[in-house]
Amino acid sequence: MSGNKKPEADSRFAKFGTVSFTATTKVNDFIGYLEDGQVCGTKCLTCGAVFFPPRAQCHKCLDKAQIEWFQVQGSGKLATYSELKYAPTGFGEDLPYAIAVLDMGGYKLFGRIGDVPLDEVRVGMELVPVANELPGGQINYVFNRS
Amino acid sequence: MSKVAIIGVGQSSFVRGYPGSIRELAFEAYAEAMNDAGLTNDQIGATVVCSAPEYDKQRSPAGVIVEHCGLNPQPTFYTESLCCSSTTGLKLAYALVQSGLHESVMVLGFQKMSEITSAESQERMGRGADIQWESPFGTMMPAYYAMFAQGYLSQYGASEEDLALIRVKAATYGQLNERAVYRKPVELAQCLSADPVASPLKLMDCCANADGSSCVIVASEQKAKQWGVAQPVWIRGLGSASAPVNLALRESFSSFAAATEAGRQAYAMAGITPKDIDVAEVHDCFTIAEMLAYEDLGFAPRGGGPELIRAKETYKDGSIPVNVDGGLLSKGHPIGATGGSQLRTIVLQLRGQAGDIQVKDPEFGLVHNMGGVGIYGNVVILGR
Repeated sequence: MSGNKKPEADSRFAKFGTVSFTATTKVNDFIGYLEDGQVCGTKCLTCGAVFFPPRAQCHKCLDKAQIEWFQVQGSGKLATYSELKYAPTGFGEDLPYAIAVLDMGGYKLFGRIGDVPLDEVRVGMELVPVANELPGGQINYVFNRS
Repeated sequence: MSKVAIIGVGQSSFVRGYPGSIRELAFEAYAEAMNDAGLTNDQIGATVVCSAPEYDKQRSPAGVIVEHCGLNPQPTFYTESLCCSSTTGLKLAYALVQSGLHESVMVLGFQKMSEITSAESQERMGRGADIQWESPFGTMMPAYYAMFAQGYLSQYGASEEDLALIRVKAATYGQLNERAVYRKPVELAQCLSADPVASPLKLMDCCANADGSSCVIVASEQKAKQWGVAQPVWIRGLGSASAPVNLALRESFSSFAAATEAGRQAYAMAGITPKDIDVAEVHDCFTIAEMLAYEDLGFAPRGGGPELIRAKETYKDGSIPVNVDGGLLSKGHPIGATGGSQLRTIVLQLRGQAGDIQVKDPEFGLVHNMGGVGIYGNVVILGR
């Protein structure tokens, strides 16, 4: 065994979405939870702050932070959305699709509309965030009808 | 506190494919501003070069640009805040002069967007948002702004026609601007039937990518007087703010908190209110962006933007003329050069040199320049 071999990087975040632009983050477990069918955020037990997207660090508690995962549960209200007719490089095969923000009450999720026909999408409708497998071993989450 | 003046302005034509390199593009605005100010290079104490990265291949562009403009050995600083890079540059220049470190500073903004394809530029602009948590869903600038358009229309019952009226106004004045990319008239029906880009925004709701440069020279009150500047334009108010990048962390999809806060700061510093503004340049990268600006800046109450444009109050002869140089919708939007171009328009208005688009005897003018999807907000108030 070579003593100066680089440690193997945990690059699970490269699986996030159609094209990921990040491979390694301190919240790589997000991908593990998604693969188990759970959409998860984090909270700081020290101050009670809820983070979505999840964070492994808390700017209020600094080194006193105690970060724990929680599962996003139930439905939220669609805050806004847009259906794309053109796509950036790397996303052309996904068209047409809609990006959206879902308001869960105490926090919001940025993601994609899932099983709702795009002409039936309305601001204020109740949707549920669910894990969603993509081609090529990629994974994300989408907002589906309750 | 002593004052800081804008003593020279310049900009290149904004075009779809500039036939030259970035240093040559930047030179065009530099040369015009130097002629306008009547200065020589030894009178420039420092430069602030402004652009957004990854549209061209040059790393650290400030070096080659000041070399080409003969501005060695003065120090140069590079700044970027996406689409509002050059008003961020103005704030830095103001601070450098006000601190006494330099007596005059040049703010030189540029962007050459034509070196990459439109889809590539959408990918780069999308990466001006949250690459970890948003970009993997396939985001792009028109879709982000479209989410604010959807939020605004849903909240206030405004229509896509209200947004289209803003493009019709822009085109009214774009025809008069020899340096604009888009100079054709635009009819309302044409806006409404244009191809969809990202619902509810259509092609005519969006500005064009462009190549361009802008230059603003600022100086201390003492130097402006010593150099005999005939019509100094004074920086009266500066406001800047930031907002969370990820839309999941925004409170509102019908306003930009960073613009509202930057406006509040700028009005407070100038000691005036929105009613005192005689002419404004706002960041209309999309029609919805101008609508939000009307309300974020206090030209209309919340939800009152549509009434302002329907009544043509933001036309040249209205109560608050906005973007009477055609705006980004007509001029095009060369990211790093945009804020400087807006400043130039207001400086020319305050000097009475705006030609066909001159508003009557303005005392105060305002520039509203946003970076990303309301991530960075800069508001500048200028006065005679």
